[in-house]
Amino acid sequence: MNEKNTAIVEGAFKEYYFNRFDLIHVPPRAQEREFGYQKINSGMIRHLVARNDKELHLLLMREVPSDVYCSNAYYNFPNLPMSEKDWKGADLIFDIDAKDLGLSCRKEHILTKCVSCKNSMTDPKPSCEKCGSTKFETVSVACKNCISESKNEVKKLIEILTTDLGIKNEEIKVYFSGNEGFHVHIINNLYEPLGSHERADLADYLVFNGSIPESFGIKRQGISKPILPTVEEKGWRGRVAQTLFPSKSKAVKTSKEIITGGYSAFQLKLEEIRKTRGVHLDPKVTMDVHRIFRLEGSINSKSGLSKIHCTDLDSFDPFSEACLLGSDETEVLVNCPVAIKLKNKKFGPYKNEIISLPKYAAVYMICKGLANSV
Amino acid sequence: MSNHNNEDVLKLGIEDLAKYPFLTEAGEYLRDSGLNLEQLGHDDWKPIIEKAYGRIVVATSGHVYGIDVEKQDYDSELLSFIVAIILLKSAGVHTLTRRFSLSEARRAERYLQQDLRINRDRNLELPLKIIQELFGVQVFIQGDDFVIKVPDYLKRAVNFHEKEWKLVNRRVSNGLVYLNAHETVRLIRTELGEYINTKIQSINLTEIPKSFKERVNDLITLARKFSSTQYVSSEYPPCVKHAIEVLEKGENLPHSGRFLLATYLLSKGKSIEQIVPLFKNAPDYNERVTRYQLEHISGSSGSGTKYQCPSCEKLRSENLCFAIPDCDGIINPIQFGKKRKIIS
Repeated sequence: MNEKNTAIVEGAFKEYYFNRFDLIHVPPRAQEREFGYQKINSGMIRHLVARNDKELHLLLMREVPSDVYCSNAYYNFPNLPMSEKDWKGADLIFDIDAKDLGLSCRKEHILTKCVSCKNSMTDPKPSCEKCGSTKFETVSVACKNCISESKNEVKKLIEILTTDLGIKNEEIKVYFSGNEGFHVHIINNLYEPLGSHERADLADYLVFNGSIPESFGIKRQGISKPILPTVEEKGWRGRVAQTLFPSKSKAVKTSKEIITGGYSAFQLKLEEIRKTRGVHLDPKVTMDVHRIFRLEGSINSKSGLSKIHCTDLDSFDPFSEACLLGSDETEVLVNCPVAIKLKNKKFGPYKNEIISLPKYAAVYMICKGLANSV
Repeated sequence: MSNHNNEDVLKLGIEDLAKYPFLTEAGEYLRDSGLNLEQLGHDDWKPIIEKAYGRIVVATSGHVYGIDVEKQDYDSELLSFIVAIILLKSAGVHTLTRRFSLSEARRAERYLQQDLRINRDRNLELPLKIIQELFGVQVFIQGDDFVIKVPDYLKRAVNFHEKEWKLVNRRVSNGLVYLNAHETVRLIRTELGEYINTKIQSINLTEIPKSFKERVNDLITLARKFSSTQYVSSEYPPCVKHAIEVLEKGENLPHSGRFLLATYLLSKGKSIEQIVPLFKNAPDYNERVTRYQLEHISGSSGSGTKYQCPSCEKLRSENLCFAIPDCDGIINPIQFGKKRKIIS
């Protein structure tokens, strides 16, 4: 990011970090966690300790980071190098991101940007119309559908966590990630000591990955009559039955079809069920027990939006509720070929226009690489 | 739901101790009977030493020591175990101790399973108590099923590589996993083996009777048979081949793929000098950065931690696994092409 853009973004972040202490808190057992941050155009600084809100606020004001992170893990010595930290356990975390959901809306709001001249366009072209370069990068801008589909995944996740895994609603906290998805944090003592392997298997459970037909009564060589799951059953057997037998009257017929279909056909069915009923989460995040994860209340520099707690997921609108930067007019040169909506105001499309935008929108455009300061 | 793990002291009989001779109570029984090591050295006890030796030979050859409890000679069952672990401790060969421990764990597993199946009265109390006290796993009973908490299940089941043990293939509800008797005890086999192994390691022996020495020497000779593994193939596993191919084509290999390639080759004794050129076709190749990262992974710089090659399971979850039939039975790419030498 160039110097002038950095000045605008850092200025806006600084103002936020000065004014919104109410939103930025250390998580429980802060003294056992590792903190880290990044500044614009520079690397990650990790292995820090912030024992309480006051220490955290001081750090934010002093450094004005672009991104702030905190471990889900608990350590005896969080500020020592990785090998000496002495890992004690970690909260379960889940990352649901619209980019992983294979949504059809994405092609409408993913912009292609020329790497050399930063020209942005909606349709990918073989070479840049402006400078002829053939190197491109993509950027995704605000989309309501992406958020609503991500919310559905969060709901699927919470349903399995509470009914199958015995996690209570009050142990689950849902956050908007600050860009295009949600982070789900679980504070539950029983799951805390689990290592990476165990978490990978847990993630597979939620994703419905690795299921075998035998678990649902279909064997490779069936001599005995297969016992298919029923809708009354709990866990995945019940969910699979609900999908296989949506209507009670046709259940007998469907059962026969499944049994005659055989093993491989059922395997394909399970794969289809995974796509619809499995939770689309990023297993790498869940299985990483040493990660530093975006801190609640901090700003995501991919967008200028904040990672905030969603108390009512259904009504939550990140583009207004997590858009918390100031609204002073800021002049920028914008090239954004699609319209976006922030704080219930529509911005764009802009075609290389110098325009005065509220600071939150100007920063959003700069963070997405679609605007430059003038 | 009922929890059969009550706090009452369970009185163990000699029959129980013959089945589970690794329990602390077995040592107490022996002490109470007034028998000591010196007396065991007497010729009268020779058959027990032979029985103990036989028990080790059977166990270390990969079998489970025969269930002799039916003969109702409980004392000699218990004593032969105690003598066996003394012989093993004296021989001090870890391979033998480990093999013995695992085999004895499997023997105990059979009894645990039997005891769990038999009608649900006192018989059930002992196996559940063993599972809870030794391994801290609470087993509850729900109808015909045994249920344990999901985290307790995961901690153990991840050591199994058959798909049926994946949580997704289990009945799970309300934080509990449903198991049958066989699965319940299978789950703790490894820990039981480790428990017995630790028990043997921690024996404090000053001197052993003369009559033991011959068999101790035999054990040392026996151990020579168990030489380590040999390579039957120098081929790379398919995941590593894939990573190399992607790089050769100049395509982008994700970080996790690069990590696999680097850790695999380092573990096979390749030097950083030999590995660096493999990355030169990567779209973002920078020799200095590559070298730095390889040094970091190899532990020669940075924290000094030497990173291990990721497991097959991890690679599967990262879509980097391209398993072929030769991959059967391995859990880490570095085991590819290795085969256990057949014991003569």
